[in-house]
Amino acid sequence: MLRKYLDRVKPHFEPGGKLHAFHSVFDGFETFLYTPRSTSASGVHVHDSLDSKRIMIIVVLALLPCLLFGMYNTGYQNFLGAGATEFPFWSLMAYGFLAILPRIVVTYAVGLGIEFIVAQWRKEEIQEGFLVTGILIPLICPIETPLWMLAVATAFSVIFVKEVFGGTGYNIFNVALVTRAFLFFAYPASMSGDKAFISANPICGIGGTVNLGADGISGATPLGQIATHTGGALEIKNIVGDPVSNWDAFIGLIPGSFGETSTLCILIGAALLLAAGIASWRIMVSVFAGGVIAGYIVNIFATATYPASFLSPWQQLIYGGFAFAAVFMATDPVTAARTGAGKYIYGLLVGIIAVIIRVYNNGYPEGAMLAVLLMNAFAPLIDYCVVQVNVNRRLNRVKAKME
Amino acid sequence: MAEKISSKSVLFNPLSKNNPVVVQVLGICSVLAVTAKLEPAIVMGMSVIAVLAFSNVIISLIRNTIPTSIRIIVQLVVVAGLVVIVDQLLKAYAYDVSKQLSVFIGLIITNCILMGRLEAFAMANKPWPSFLDGIGNGLGYTIILVIVGFFRELLGSGTLLGYQVVPDSFYEAGYVNNGLMILPPMALIVVACIIWVQRARNKDLQEP
Repeated sequence: MLRKYLDRVKPHFEPGGKLHAFHSVFDGFETFLYTPRSTSASGVHVHDSLDSKRIMIIVVLALLPCLLFGMYNTGYQNFLGAGATEFPFWSLMAYGFLAILPRIVVTYAVGLGIEFIVAQWRKEEIQEGFLVTGILIPLICPIETPLWMLAVATAFSVIFVKEVFGGTGYNIFNVALVTRAFLFFAYPASMSGDKAFISANPICGIGGTVNLGADGISGATPLGQIATHTGGALEIKNIVGDPVSNWDAFIGLIPGSFGETSTLCILIGAALLLAAGIASWRIMVSVFAGGVIAGYIVNIFATATYPASFLSPWQQLIYGGFAFAAVFMATDPVTAARTGAGKYIYGLLVGIIAVIIRVYNNGYPEGAMLAVLLMNAFAPLIDYCVVQVNVNRRLNRVKAKME
Repeated sequence: MAEKISSKSVLFNPLSKNNPVVVQVLGICSVLAVTAKLEPAIVMGMSVIAVLAFSNVIISLIRNTIPTSIRIIVQLVVVAGLVVIVDQLLKAYAYDVSKQLSVFIGLIITNCILMGRLEAFAMANKPWPSFLDGIGNGLGYTIILVIVGFFRELLGSGTLLGYQVVPDSFYEAGYVNNGLMILPPMALIVVACIIWVQRARNKDLQEP
């Protein structure tokens, strides 16, 4: 039926048709829904059915556990903070769904809108890169980020990080992370502290009002609490002041950006990405390895000046956005290193730098975002060095044979 | 004179077609440093116009007596002398702005635009065209400074020349000033946008 409808409206978009100006929009939808029927006219071409649209779909599927858990956790934190004693599953999910929906709609509307306009203007096909970015942005931002800030930040990063470099596949920095970095530096008050991470008001009659700032109620994330911690034993508390166990942090029932709290769901997504052969296991493994190594080292030299250094290496992995960055951000095939050995170096440095920023700069409670962006900038250099080493080794081998 | 250049083109070319900042990409460092607010940007622009115009005239007057081997030193001495005068004048009459600009007035000495104009123009032209060239390039620099300062102060602080222009009702509705605009990276991005707009309009400036 859909196919019939597409075929019927297609003539309008052909050259000469009255809607020709929007042909790239039509093209985008058609290839999104169906595999293009056009085949190459000459020579032999081997074509993998795994094109970039299918890759993107699988990444979105891998993000679904995080998204669903984020909804649950958003509802849970609100109910908990409002003093509820029962946590009905569907109410929590409905609350979280209503909280995240406008954010997803806004990022997609702004991002896709800009992509459509640019594609039309350059007379190119629409690139599907924003499919994943659009879902990543709400996932990595605090739930209380105002919608207009999301719109401004999304527009900024789509234009200045992606389109000016030539569109999907040409960006040197991760678009979703730049959006978050823009928000973080432009509107620090809305992106950190103890108010941003908890949705405090009822939505459509679901949920309660959380009186943030009242006695014993604080929405600070574990890493936020650690960064502002002074004196005494370090105890991480949840929103109503009960201690947080490592298990809670692993499952993800802690305040944090929408989709990154649950290490468990991130690992499910990671398994899916690896099973489909989309993300690089080299990068994932080496980011985690870098985090653990750096975690051990800072833990050995733990001082009270840098309270985060008291965290065990495993706690470094389950708190904050470390796991999310390792699985979904560092593995972005466009901005990561591409050579095999380069991926190990890249991942290891992401992990190490993330922990270093997190521990030794109390102004930035979370270093994973900045670490990935920094290494994005160095990825081409790493690749260059790896290739040069390889070239030299081969030249030496040839020389040795000649002698 | 080997080539005849009209005074008009000497004065007006640097404003857009041969702008020292966005076409020759000189003097970027001070564009980053002094444009967080509009007022210091304007004062900085005026200072550069004054120093550039007078150093151009002085160098042009003595251009035939300077030995080529030490010309850079002579140029530096002239510029440094003028910069110190400007600096002292600012301290005397506009102390607050002078404090905001701090070392950047002194750093006009190292501004690439000055050395560039002295070498490229004043060493080969008569005083009057040199004077116009200095004014023109200084104005070209000031225009960019003012545009960048305008956007950075408007979006970053919600003020212009220190007066609040974003109405209070905006803030009550949830508007927040963009803190990134105050940080130097945004100056580069604003300059990049100006370059983008300018090259889109002038096809002959586009590199192949």
